[in-house]
Amino acid sequence: MNLRQRLLIVLPPIAVGIMIVIAWELLCRAYEVPSYLFPAPSAVVRSLVENASDLLFALWMTVRVTLIALALSIVLGTLVAFIFVQSPIIERSFFPYAIILQVTPIVAVAPLIIILVKNTQVALIFCATIIAIFPIISNTTIGLRTIDRGHRNLFLINHASRWQSLCYLQIPSALPFFFAGLRVASGLSLIGAVVAEFVAGTGGRSAGLAFEILQAGYQLEIPRMFAALFLITMTGIALFLVVAGLTHLALATWHDSMIKRET
Amino acid sequence: MIQPPASLSSSDRPSAAKLLLRIDQVKKTFNNDVTALSDVSLDIHAGEFVSLLGPSGCGKSTLLALIGGLGSPTEGTIDWQQSMYDAEGHPERAIGFVFQEPTLLPWRTVFENVYLPLKLAGVSRAAARDQVMDGLRQVGLSAFADAYPRQLSGGMKMRTSIARALIRKPQILLMDEPFAALDEITRTKLSLELLEVFAKTKLTVVFVTHSVYESVFLSNRIVVMTARPGRILADYPIDAPYPRDDEYRTSVQYNEYCRKVSGALKEALRSADTIDA
Ligand SMILES: Nc1ncnc2c1ncn2[C@@H]1O[C@H](COP(=O)(O)OP(=O)(O)OP(=O)(O)O)[C@@H](O)[C@H]1O
Ligand SMILES: [Mg+2]
Repeated sequence: MNLRQRLLIVLPPIAVGIMIVIAWELLCRAYEVPSYLFPAPSAVVRSLVENASDLLFALWMTVRVTLIALALSIVLGTLVAFIFVQSPIIERSFFPYAIILQVTPIVAVAPLIIILVKNTQVALIFCATIIAIFPIISNTTIGLRTIDRGHRNLFLINHASRWQSLCYLQIPSALPFFFAGLRVASGLSLIGAVVAEFVAGTGGRSAGLAFEILQAGYQLEIPRMFAALFLITMTGIALFLVVAGLTHLALATWHDSMIKRET
Repeated sequence: MIQPPASLSSSDRPSAAKLLLRIDQVKKTFNNDVTALSDVSLDIHAGEFVSLLGPSGCGKSTLLALIGGLGSPTEGTIDWQQSMYDAEGHPERAIGFVFQEPTLLPWRTVFENVYLPLKLAGVSRAAARDQVMDGLRQVGLSAFADAYPRQLSGGMKMRTSIARALIRKPQILLMDEPFAALDEITRTKLSLELLEVFAKTKLTVVFVTHSVYESVFLSNRIVVMTARPGRILADYPIDAPYPRDDEYRTSVQYNEYCRKVSGALKEALRSADTIDA
């Protein structure tokens, strides 16, 4: 791709974004909307700057919970998937419970977890992990299972050991599925972190962005609410981009989903 | 010298040929109640180039997979006359298998795909390098060593797969329609190269094909199977000396064999019609 083509991909959405922000600002000014109802972008930016230290600290808290939960989901989720694949009986015994984790709304269980787990940070991480882990488990399990029969035969004919089949066949075959799961899980871990924090509603030294939003709501500091919201969204986008970049690194050379066909 | 008893399947085999593999009354029924093979008996001797012909779906691929140990017969036995493993439990006999599909690993380059059997046998990449490059040269793909399978044409993929099957210098080579996807020129070239490898190393080949001409040109024995469930209908020795060249292709003998095999194949297809009707 040359520079021109790249710009053609990147520029239009940026242009749309800029136009929306300008229109928003102009409309707010034209109709003199009070900023405690719906703040103009300039008010949000001002609030962001004024409360920078508080907001950035809250951001760090939320990001920390999100990343720890995501890392735990990846490690535990793939581990569980490997165990499931090694033993069908274990999978049959435990998979229904993995589904229960998935279908129970996190908002409904979060209060219980927060009561049971003393340390709030740990409780938040726990909630976010519960919701992020399922896509990793299910996708990686399917991926480790979905092995081309011809490839399996190839490894059999060459007397590959179980370990060799795992490293050179099963894991590479599972990577596209794993990354599809990771993409979903990265979004869910942030959602989990924010939702759990809402439920916990704790302030103090470990308050995250959700607490900032709650707090700003009580005090009708709407611009500050928008600023916190903005930071959450940015975090989500950053996570998405990082995962997309990792996926690209792992699959770009060979996987069909990554290849732009010229014919 | 004592003549070995003439087996059911082969009449005038050179008496010196060592029995490599005995397939005895093999039946294969899949889970879905499809019986692919019924009562197949076949002795394969070292140094034979056996072609398997038969209508589509008659169980040729199934038979080849059973020989390769990729499944076990429902009834009957497949006995190697030597053990599969040496005293220390290492696989002794390398089997080369060219599957009907190229089955290349998409995440590995052409070089790495051909190197794979050696890698699985514990040979380091550095030690295997020259051998792999030689193998690629043999199939005319040395310029594509670093390409990924998706960048290859169908025929190039198949050639990679052939190079991979040969890389461990197997004692027996099982090939499932390896040349079906190739153009005429490449096919001729690779046929001649296969015969060269066959002559040079003491290779035994079991070769599935749909082409009567290809089988008569390449093999020294042709086995024709009936439609599903596959049985052995005919078993012809092709007694033309190697090396074979274009002269053989135009000889009376060649044409005579082609006529005979075509006749048997027609009969096999007729059996297919009566079954489907
Ligand atoms: N894994 C399987 N499970 C169920 N049925 C199978 C399986 N593999 C093959 N069969 C059936 O067994 C029969 C023989 O299949 P096989 O692939 O051996 O035929 P073939 O002679 O190689 O045909 P072709 O020339 O078209 O490649 C077919 O009817 C097929 O449907
Ligand atoms: Mg077949």
